[in-house]
Amino acid sequence: MMSIVFMIASLVTLIAALRVVTGKNLFHNALYLVLSFVGVAALYLLLEAEFLAAIQILIYVGAIAILIIFAIMLSRHLMAPNQTQRNSQWWVSGIVAGVLFLVLAFMLLQVDWPATAGAVPADAISLLGQSFMGAYVLPFEVASVVLLVALVGSIIIARER
Amino acid sequence: MTTIPLSWYLIVAAALFCIGLYGVLSRRNAVNILMGVELMLNAANINLVAFWRYGDTSALIGQVFAVFVVTLAAAEAAVGLALIIAIYRSRDTVIVEDVDIMKW
Repeated sequence: MMSIVFMIASLVTLIAALRVVTGKNLFHNALYLVLSFVGVAALYLLLEAEFLAAIQILIYVGAIAILIIFAIMLSRHLMAPNQTQRNSQWWVSGIVAGVLFLVLAFMLLQVDWPATAGAVPADAISLLGQSFMGAYVLPFEVASVVLLVALVGSIIIARER
Repeated sequence: MTTIPLSWYLIVAAALFCIGLYGVLSRRNAVNILMGVELMLNAANINLVAFWRYGDTSALIGQVFAVFVVTLAAAEAAVGLALIIAIYRSRDTVIVEDVDIMKW
C-alpha cells in the first residue's frame, strides 16, 4: 500500500519535472513545477515529516512558484510559445545528466542501506522548534538575516530607476 | 506497515536532480534555468529528509537542515528573479545567451 503511494508520488514528481525542463510553453512549465513541488510534499508526508510537507506547500507552491509566474508574466512577450527554448548544447546536457543519473543509481544500489526506519518521536514538531531555539539558534538567526538581506537586495535590484 | 527501502527515495532524488541539471544546462530562458535550480534543491531536500528518517530519528538534524535549505532557496529565487527583471529592463531580453557583455 505504502509502496503504491510512493510510486504514484514519485512518478508525478518526476514526470512533472520532465515537463518543466522539456516543455515549450514557459507558463505551462511553471504550472508543472507546482505539480512537481506537490509531489515532493507527498514524499515528505510518506517520510513522516509533516512540518516539512506543510513548509513545502507554503513556501514553494505559495511563494516561489508565484514569484516565478510573476517573472514570466513581466517578460511574457519576449518568449513566444513557438520560439525554441533549448540552446545548442542541449544534447550534450542530456547525455551528461543521463550518465550522471546512471552512475548515481549504480552507486546507490551498491551500498547496503539501513532497511527499516525507526519510530518518529510523537512530539517531533515541538522537538524541531526546540532545536531551532536551542542547538541551532545561531544558524537560525543567520538564516533570517540572509533572508532579510536577500529580500531588501532584490527590491533594490528590481526597483524602477 | 511495509517500509519502503531507503534506496528508492535516493534514486528518485537522483533522478530529480539530474532532470534539474538537464534543465539548467539546456534551457535558454533565465526563468526556466531558475526552475531547474529549484528542482535540484528539492532533490537535495528529499535526500536530507530520507536520511533523517532512516537514521537517528530522535535528533531532527535532517529536518532542521532541510528547513534551512528551503529558506535559502526562497532567498535565491527572490534575488535571481530580481536580477532577471533588472536585465529585462536594461537589455530587453531574458535569454541568457544574449547577456554576454562580460564575455571575453
